[in-house]
Amino acid sequence: MTTMIAHTSARRIKSVLAHTVIYVAAAATVMPFVWMILSSFKDLGEILSFPPTWWPENFTFENYKNAFGAASFGRFYANSLFVASAVTIGQLVTCSLAAYAFARMRFRGRNVLFYLFLGTMMVPIHVTMIPSFMILHWAGWIDTYAALIVPGLASAFGTFLLRQFFLSIPRELEEAAFMDGCSRFGVLWRIILPLSKPALATLAIFTFMAVFNDFIWALIVLNTEEMYTVQLGLAIFRDRYATEWGNLMAGSVVATLPILIVFFFAQKYFIQGITLSGLKG
Amino acid sequence: MSKTTAIAQTIDAGAIGVRPPKPGRRAGLPGRSQLPEALLFLSPTLVVVAVFIVFPIAFSFYLSFHEWNMFSAEQAFVGLDNYARLVTDPEFWAVFRHTLVYTVGTVPVNMALALVVAVVLNKNIKGRKILRAAFFTPVIVSTVAAAVIWRWIFDPNLGLFNYAMSAVGLPVINWANDPTAAMASLIIVGVWKTFGINMVLFAAGLSAIPVHYYEAAEIDGAGSLQKFWRITVPLLAPTTLFILVLSIIGSFQVFDLVYVLTYGGPLGSTKVLVFYLYEYAFKFFDMGFASAVAYLLFGVLFVLTLFQIRLFREHVYDAG
Repeated sequence: MTTMIAHTSARRIKSVLAHTVIYVAAAATVMPFVWMILSSFKDLGEILSFPPTWWPENFTFENYKNAFGAASFGRFYANSLFVASAVTIGQLVTCSLAAYAFARMRFRGRNVLFYLFLGTMMVPIHVTMIPSFMILHWAGWIDTYAALIVPGLASAFGTFLLRQFFLSIPRELEEAAFMDGCSRFGVLWRIILPLSKPALATLAIFTFMAVFNDFIWALIVLNTEEMYTVQLGLAIFRDRYATEWGNLMAGSVVATLPILIVFFFAQKYFIQGITLSGLKG
Repeated sequence: MSKTTAIAQTIDAGAIGVRPPKPGRRAGLPGRSQLPEALLFLSPTLVVVAVFIVFPIAFSFYLSFHEWNMFSAEQAFVGLDNYARLVTDPEFWAVFRHTLVYTVGTVPVNMALALVVAVVLNKNIKGRKILRAAFFTPVIVSTVAAAVIWRWIFDPNLGLFNYAMSAVGLPVINWANDPTAAMASLIIVGVWKTFGINMVLFAAGLSAIPVHYYEAAEIDGAGSLQKFWRITVPLLAPTTLFILVLSIIGSFQVFDLVYVLTYGGPLGSTKVLVFYLYEYAFKFFDMGFASAVAYLLFGVLFVLTLFQIRLFREHVYDAG
């Protein structure tokens, strides 16, 4: 009896310990974001004070005014949202079409083509970056939205994701529609896509996030400030305002907020998309 | 590089739900080839892939044997000169070493953390969803913003990190000027930013371990540590190996973080492979040489990926 009690209380202690450790670790993980948000509301004097304060003493929006005023973050924001939306919509269209062809149409060499296509995912962007840059240069697209959008309009990852999903949809549903004289495209649009909402959502969220967070490509193809995306703007802004951390934190809030908000509501799709792609920072 | 196999693994492992039927047998209407229609559906994707992936792969290979500054019309054939220049450049070896140090510094810590967190979250913990979201948050935010935040935390004079160090009586570190400290800061942020991915991958592996193994062990009187070392660790070995290779591939490609957190400094002490490639291509416009760097990186990652695909096959077939 006593040993049983000792056993359960040892268990309880262990459980409390595990809870404490994991909650502290989770708090430590999100601490930089809390620090970012709190700091973005501090004035310069408070930012420069040492020891640092935790809660803003003189709550101010000055940093945000600077970010959207002098540093033209509004413009960067519009650029990023436009480019990320365009690529996302474009990929939903191109990947759906290609995935449907790979999942349902019969033609010679289909599987070979599909595997070659998948193979392109093994090539790191750093290998294709230089010639892609040259192509955009020859096309006269450097420093335009096209340079940011067009290379992203196809995705082996997206095609693969949707193809796998389409394959799991029973064929009988389509056959009935064909009997009724529905075209291929009609079947895709009216039957397959409405049934594929979870896969489409995963792809959309994943793509939007990847494009919104992209840095290296924007760094390479953009020159003029009015074309900058939020991430590029923030990186340049960091050089310019080296230690004005209040301003920089306001910029960081701006650069992370949309993704954080979407993540809050659609965590599942983020985790699915990122796990599937094995994406690395 | 890492994508194909990761996708294949997760999907085959049933993350999407159903294991898809074989597409070979009944592709569309029986008999007739549907090539013209298929090409129509595939054309947007094929054009973009041809122009921005297939052609670049071939062209950068071609370029790696040429000297070209991008603005001159001529691409002079130089044979293996670029590669020879690369392997005899002391800076290249320094950069390679930094990349290795970063990899060795991040990957084991990253994986250990991810495993421990995944194991704890697999238990009956209150607020699992919120906890998982918290650990995953660094993964989804932009690396640029993350690096800016951490630069402030590491600010030698005003930063939180040094404040915390001095508060507990430890010496203050000059993160910006000390090469070792700069690399350490890169590793800390690198681990923080990516361990959430591995946590999720480990969680998928853990959920595949049958519960009755643990139940049997409990009946035999095994404690939690024993269960961890005797059941979890060995049964998770294939997943672990897979994550290991994936993490190495990822850390070999680190760039954004370096660019914003340290800009390769101080004195080039945190310059990594992709940063070196970026400088030669887009600062010096030495496109031939940069392509040789790209192909070398590609070669290293390709070997790792082949290894990973093999691992993955064994893993999947083992798992049945």
